[in-house]
Amino acid sequence: MAPVGPRSGDAIFSSIDRVNAELFTLTYGAIVRQLLTDLEEVEEVNKQLDQMGYNIGIRLIDEFLAKSGVSRCVDFRETAEMIAKVGFKMFLGVTASVSSWDADGTCCSIILEDNPLVDFVELPDTCQGLYYCNVLSGVIRGALEMVSMKTEVTWTRDVLRGDDAYELQVKLLKQVAEEYPYKDDE
Amino acid sequence: MANTACFIIVGRNDIPIYEAEVGSAAKREDAAQLHQFILHAALDVVQDLAWTTSAMFLKSVDRFNDLVVSVYVTAGHTRLMLLHDSRNEDGIKSFFQEVHELYIKILLNPLYLPGSRITSSHFDTKVRALARKYL
Repeated sequence: MAPVGPRSGDAIFSSIDRVNAELFTLTYGAIVRQLLTDLEEVEEVNKQLDQMGYNIGIRLIDEFLAKSGVSRCVDFRETAEMIAKVGFKMFLGVTASVSSWDADGTCCSIILEDNPLVDFVELPDTCQGLYYCNVLSGVIRGALEMVSMKTEVTWTRDVLRGDDAYELQVKLLKQVAEEYPYKDDE
Repeated sequence: MANTACFIIVGRNDIPIYEAEVGSAAKREDAAQLHQFILHAALDVVQDLAWTTSAMFLKSVDRFNDLVVSVYVTAGHTRLMLLHDSRNEDGIKSFFQEVHELYIKILLNPLYLPGSRITSSHFDTKVRALARKYL
């Protein structure tokens, strides 16, 4: 059965509230800057950004499902498409593409050509190990966990490190069956 | 292109944050110190002059023999100073304006601490290209 729901996030994007791009970029930059000052270790900053993204993701998924009107995705392939085409468009205003599927359809790459988070940014020598946009991987991980998919999200390409695009590798670890925390007869 | 040209950016707290020798003349051992010295001496003149006009480009503020110091002061009181021996005011003005744009981009980088040294190699390349184009 073909799922009902939008194939692209354009319509939703135009109808939801938006914020000035520079304000958004600089606010995110200020957060990263502050984390670097507070935590000192680049590794710790990566971890913290991921955790912050996770916390955003587990809330954002509700907003996404409520506003986008998509229905249940039949498989992981469709889920990835939905994130790239609708999710990214809705919340970041850019469209990503999905590629590099492995044989059993559990691992793919989401490629971003354009990333509003990194306008103006250039990595200085002191933070070479930093995944500046690590918050995004956390968001995807958190959001998918809320719809019972355990995933692992890692950056494989990053323009700030000299690559030609942003590439997130999303790997489905396992699909957690929905279970109820209570028994029927209690 | 100018024979001698030395470009520096001085932060608001009087610390040089970027330096480049952009002239085409062969490098002399003592030239760098001499250029720094002249530019440093011109800072006082700039300080007086900056508040007398609303223009950012202060034109030539000081001279030493055949070398002239032109200065551009940004709104944040960062001074772009150029020591040169050419008489091409329009070119220098365009040069300053474009470097100002580049400097703003650097400033907008959240990972750059305002007032610290500009280490970006991208910035360096761009400034040298602009110098070749305008000076």
